[in-house]
Amino acid sequence: MQKTQAEEALGMELPTRRVESFHYTDLRTMLREIPDNASGSTGGNYAPLVDTHLLSFNDGKLADDQVLPKGVTLSTDVAKATSSDINDAIVGMNAVTSGDAISLVIEGNATMEKPLGLGHFSSNESRNACYHKVLIKAGSEAQVISRHTSKDGVASLANTVTEIELEKDAVANWFVIQQESISANRLARINVSLAENAKLNLFILNAGGKLVRQEVKVDVAGEGAHVDIKGVNLIGDDAHIDVTTVLDHNVPNTTANELFRNVVAGNGHGVFQGQIKVAQIAQKTDAQMACNTLLLTDDGDFSAKPELEIFADDVLCAHGATVTDIDDDHLFYLRARGIKEKTARGLLIKAFVDEVVEEIGVSEELEEAFIGIIDSWLDKNA
Amino acid sequence: MLEIKNLHVRIAEDETEILKGLDLTVKAGEVAAIMGPNGAGKSTLSYVLAGKEDYEVTEGEILFNGENILDMEVDERAASGVFLAFQYPMEIPGVATMNFLKAAMNAQRKARDEAEYTTPEFIKKVKAASADLSIDFNMLKRALNVGFSGGEKKRAEILQMALLEPTLCVLDETDSGLDIDALKIVSDGVNALRDPERAFLVITHYQRLLDHIVPDTVHVLYNGRIIKTGDKSLALHLEENGYADIIAAAA
Ligand SMILES: Nc1ncnc2c1ncn2[C@@H]1O[C@H](COP(=O)(O)OP(=O)(O)O)[C@@H](O)[C@H]1O
Ligand SMILES: [Mg+2]
Repeated sequence: MQKTQAEEALGMELPTRRVESFHYTDLRTMLREIPDNASGSTGGNYAPLVDTHLLSFNDGKLADDQVLPKGVTLSTDVAKATSSDINDAIVGMNAVTSGDAISLVIEGNATMEKPLGLGHFSSNESRNACYHKVLIKAGSEAQVISRHTSKDGVASLANTVTEIELEKDAVANWFVIQQESISANRLARINVSLAENAKLNLFILNAGGKLVRQEVKVDVAGEGAHVDIKGVNLIGDDAHIDVTTVLDHNVPNTTANELFRNVVAGNGHGVFQGQIKVAQIAQKTDAQMACNTLLLTDDGDFSAKPELEIFADDVLCAHGATVTDIDDDHLFYLRARGIKEKTARGLLIKAFVDEVVEEIGVSEELEEAFIGIIDSWLDKNA
Repeated sequence: MLEIKNLHVRIAEDETEILKGLDLTVKAGEVAAIMGPNGAGKSTLSYVLAGKEDYEVTEGEILFNGENILDMEVDERAASGVFLAFQYPMEIPGVATMNFLKAAMNAQRKARDEAEYTTPEFIKKVKAASADLSIDFNMLKRALNVGFSGGEKKRAEILQMALLEPTLCVLDETDSGLDIDALKIVSDGVNALRDPERAFLVITHYQRLLDHIVPDTVHVLYNGRIIKTGDKSLALHLEENGYADIIAAAA
């Protein structure tokens, strides 16, 4: 097969739909051409959503005005991870694309008052890739907002690889807020490993971007560990948004709960692949996964592929995926009280996704900020 | 106030005719009871008044204050004063009852060119109305009807009616699922709204509701038509003798 411009530029092969994990997102075809490596910002910097201890990355470069709270240690002396496995293409691309790598060690609860912010901004049609390696020390609890933005109308290609290690009893409250411009592409991978009794609370909000793929791989490696993943994917215009998660339960007595709510408008294409693997020794695993989609248009679609690979016999695992339109009876009830059809639809769509945000249990300020992003997306698209 | 003439209605999906030439007139200030066996078409009538799209009107008209409401959208009918207390109120996950009430009240006010309520005004009104109906105010912070008991749902319907102040109130089996105490509370709530400018269509199976909400007229709906009209003594007659003789006489 002749190499594409992208493959030439990256010096690697990109996965096609024949690679199972890329079945719904043929990266090779969708990214035949990619822009050059970023060479610095051409105007504009990251603008934060809420007040955070901020590390901002403009076109992949860490700005040097960071003020970090006690208990958070930053290092820039880190090598990016890499992989030659075609399933890890995003990690491979990250390694060969320009952009800064950092490591953070978080100890204590200093980020619970005011979160740590990892703010990303792309200013032009170039590609950048950041790498974040985070260690949350035993018994510590961290709160991090990883947010991804770009200048209106630019066709940037951003890549983020994040590796989070949770020691015993550590808790990560991690929020991925993706608000790229509708012309920007973004590829991302989060790898998490959990030691004994560690807890991952991950929230993913996709509210922008053209081609977006967010991969999450969790190694549940300590007994008593818990994984909670909640997500809202708002897919409009010509966006193709893919969230692919893999939970690996490798020890007994762990729990996981995964819930995604998606809204498809315009010509949006959504993908959710949720894999739960339970190793033979991982008895008493309790893993639940649900993916519900509101399809508001005939021109869009959503593909959901839940996958259970279970080798232990004493487990509780379940998954459910639904794709529906707005319930006519609900709509009728609201309209019968005098609410106009458009407003009533808006209320129902908003209720469908807000429920997830309310369930993540964050500060009022964060909840309002997240709901604000959803509201403005719905205003424009639904 | 309400004039239904020769109304024929079928189910849009399978074209089964449910209402087969129904005539009914209700005057302002009147409480009209509609009684009839299961499947007679009572709920169908209430849905057609509210404008549900599953039903198709093939003949006849419905005049409300002289206007044909069949030409109006569902929300326009509501804003013009039509209110249906549902037999089975919908559970709507994620929509907080308070937000819903505010959206509904202000949408109707806006449609009538009235000023929208401010939040304090709104809360004051809801607190007063819910106290009258013995509704725990905290319940209204929850999603609309979600996890409400059968009785709570019916009370929430009457609360909406009290807050929206419609001029035509259609109550579809509001008494079902209510115990004696709740029945009394709900009936008192309805009676408090009785007004020379407001009409009620009270659909029920049982005389017991009509002991509390005393009707001016009683109509028997059977097989898609009103087959007999009388005063409140007709309800007592039905309670004692059932529908058989009236159905036989109409045949
Ligand atoms: N949406 C519908 N789809 C199919 N059948 C319906 C529908 N609504 C009503 N029906 C049928 O129409 C008849 C009248 O129903 P309904 O109006 O609910 O009666 P009532 O309220 O008097 O018990 C019944 O036979 C019922 O099964
Ligand atoms: Mg009925």
